[in-house]
Amino acid sequence: MTVNLTKQLPFAITLDPGTSLANHTGSWRTAKPVYSDGLPPCNATCPAGENIQGWLYHAEEGDYRKAWKLLMEDNPMPAVMGRICYHPCEGACNRAELDKPVAIHAVERFLGDQALKNGWMPDPAPRSTGKRVLVVGAGPSGLSVAYHLRRRGHAVTIREAGPMAGGMMRFGIPKYRLPRDVLDKEIQRILALGVELELNCKVEDIPAAFETEGFDAVFIAVGAHLAKRIDIPAHAAGKIFDAATVLHDMETGTEPPRLGRRVIVYGGGNTAMDVARTAKRLGVDEAMIVYRRSRNEMPAHDFEATEAEDEGVLIHWLRTIKQIDDTTFTVEKMEIDANGRPQPTGEFETLEADTLILALGQDVDTSFLEEVPGVVITPDGVVDVDDRMMTGYPGLFAGGDMVPSERTVTVAVGHGKKAAHHIDAWFRGKPYEGPKKNRLATFENLNTWYYDDAPQSIQPELDIIRRQTSFEEVVGDLSEGNALFEARRCLSCGNCFECDNCYGVCPDNAVRKLGPGKRFEFVYDFCKGCGLCAAECPCGAIEMVPETT
Amino acid sequence: MTDTTPQTIKFYQTGTHTVGNRLLDETRRTVQASMDRSNAITSGHRACQGCGEALGARYALDAAMRAAGGQLVAVNATGCLEVFTTPYPETSWQLPWLHSLFGNAPAVATGVAAAFRVKGRKDVRVVAQGGDGGTTDIGFGCLSGMFERNDDVLYICYDNEAYMNTGVQRSSATPPAARTATTQAIGPAPGNVFGTGKNMPLIAMAHNIPYVATATVADLHDLEFKVTKAMSLSGARYIHIMVPCPLGWGTASDATINVARLAVESGLFPLFEAEHGEITNVRKIRTQVKVEAYLKLQRRFAHLFSKDAIDVDTIDAIQRMADHNIRRFGLLGDGERT
Repeated sequence: MTVNLTKQLPFAITLDPGTSLANHTGSWRTAKPVYSDGLPPCNATCPAGENIQGWLYHAEEGDYRKAWKLLMEDNPMPAVMGRICYHPCEGACNRAELDKPVAIHAVERFLGDQALKNGWMPDPAPRSTGKRVLVVGAGPSGLSVAYHLRRRGHAVTIREAGPMAGGMMRFGIPKYRLPRDVLDKEIQRILALGVELELNCKVEDIPAAFETEGFDAVFIAVGAHLAKRIDIPAHAAGKIFDAATVLHDMETGTEPPRLGRRVIVYGGGNTAMDVARTAKRLGVDEAMIVYRRSRNEMPAHDFEATEAEDEGVLIHWLRTIKQIDDTTFTVEKMEIDANGRPQPTGEFETLEADTLILALGQDVDTSFLEEVPGVVITPDGVVDVDDRMMTGYPGLFAGGDMVPSERTVTVAVGHGKKAAHHIDAWFRGKPYEGPKKNRLATFENLNTWYYDDAPQSIQPELDIIRRQTSFEEVVGDLSEGNALFEARRCLSCGNCFECDNCYGVCPDNAVRKLGPGKRFEFVYDFCKGCGLCAAECPCGAIEMVPETT
Repeated sequence: MTDTTPQTIKFYQTGTHTVGNRLLDETRRTVQASMDRSNAITSGHRACQGCGEALGARYALDAAMRAAGGQLVAVNATGCLEVFTTPYPETSWQLPWLHSLFGNAPAVATGVAAAFRVKGRKDVRVVAQGGDGGTTDIGFGCLSGMFERNDDVLYICYDNEAYMNTGVQRSSATPPAARTATTQAIGPAPGNVFGTGKNMPLIAMAHNIPYVATATVADLHDLEFKVTKAMSLSGARYIHIMVPCPLGWGTASDATINVARLAVESGLFPLFEAEHGEITNVRKIRTQVKVEAYLKLQRRFAHLFSKDAIDVDTIDAIQRMADHNIRRFGLLGDGERT
């Protein structure tokens, strides 16, 4: 209340009008709003730990370079990953509750391709720390760890037993899913940071790498390349291959493997689908898959089975091969019991084929680790690591398919990043502490009224004839317009995207707008704690916290 | 295989549903999203938590201030809006503001407009405002006169459907079945009676004045569009804004906007514009809901949903009112503002 005695007041007025700003209505409050970023479900599920919501935010504005830069903080191969990642993020996407998930992989691929097209490069590696790391295996995990270590200034040498870098990205995933020029360019970009790559160089003696060569840490990621075998009674067996070898020979062989006219692929995983589709492209008349369980239980992703079937691959579900007689395969019908396990029925039928390709999974060749003190091989034949990705041998880290985990490229890339954090911390002599995880941003916390309706953008697909006869990439790019549209379908779960709702809906003007990119702040002197801002925040980035006093 | 031709993106994530949108052109953002909005009512006012009227009045007057280039005078009827903003000697108003009596705001505004005309100040515009009590009951005669003379005033009614300031007594804008202090939820027909209704916007239209519109605090773009349009016209204009009252309606303080939204989406509160007595535009329902969704959030209708017996007949009767609006105003179907 202000009393102004110096000024002449109008008749019958004893007090000058004062402003209500003197009345601090914040004292009414029993709960106060606070801005709090949540963890979007896409980020929470990404095996590579990408900040997906974060890079989509920049892509929404059309700032693809900034989006790509943020993506590259976690994943050095967006163009590869956008093509081959099984995108668990999309399975978790809150938008699925509204219509369809955001096609995150398609936008990631678009950003990755933009970078390749425009020659965007990551920042050069900082000054050398003097630490040297040996990476064994140039697969996704090894390339990832090398990239992340290089960005911290450590010297990295990768030794690869094979003739080319890429690991399973090259020798496990066919060209029609991952064109090799894309793979080569993204690998080259990692090497350009100053990573040394030695090909055809098998590492046999781990302790010597430390003691003789003086490496400060070693990261092993040799993958799983040994094909699993199975005993089938065969009188006069025809040709039998294993899937890993067929796919490997597709890359290195001078001519494609001779598969005959009819091929049976035995197994129900993604590799089985890949090898059957490869056989189809090599011109076999009949490509069949025999799998002992049904579609519901197969380890392959449903879309891969569908794509295989679209291309004319015939899948015999619920069959096991009992006997081989030259080109005649006797298979037994199976049925799924209450526990989801296949049980024999005693009914048999025969199939005719010239070649059998076994796609029954792969094991890790751990022979070079048997003599390394402290390294534990689990009963499953993989290498045991602690939560730092370190084996029992101090300074020896491991990742990718050779450690216990899901075997996907994205998981391997995530291992590389995680191991790099811990190797770096190991050098500093203190444990790595990652950023604090925010609370999960759930669908229930969103106010979806505010989002526009928008169907998912569909990536173009190669026509079926060319899919059956060539190794051209099956799934096409989104156009720039579609990629932008798709990015804008993001609900920005749990993270403020400056829609101005809180600033607008406050009946007490108790929200201050700080300007573009600077978000908002509450004016607690006047906030009455009504909670309208929190209720009307589209993305659930405001929490109401009870006042304690 | 790939299409690289540039294409225009017409999708803006939240479009115009949110207050602002960084993906929209500046010109298409709201006044409320602006850092230099006038804040016609500033902080420190004594409205309840989550007050719809405080919000609606700021929305409307900030838009009118922008349209008038800041040259705006507001005349206020008695009511919550007057009481909570101006306990002597404080004021929350950041524009010239005048209060006289409960029932005479339209007449006072007419006088203010006449005074400016006499002084040759064509740049100054006049807004009069009041609650539903001051508009549909007590100020009704003065307002009708203002319409009939086509005085150059924009009259805004903030409708919260009862006399809230004095303790939630029934007004002629109180909906059927609603419990108020004077229409208790007792007896064979609890709550307010099912009368014939008193639809103020339609009454205003019957005066053939240049502009009549309805709006709510749940659709800011729509509200600002209508206020701006009204300010672009001269003569008598009327805007009726639904402003939920957490205290009188028995809603959570954070439900104010949602409950207004449900009033629109159920069809109970149709949004339309009319010029010279003809309806020119209708805001279609976006996601239709049953009236239960709207009623259930409000304790003034709690007696319809008592545990022992849900009052299906009354709820059906209210649904019929919504359905009638939907038919009468054509609230379903696609349609964009032209």
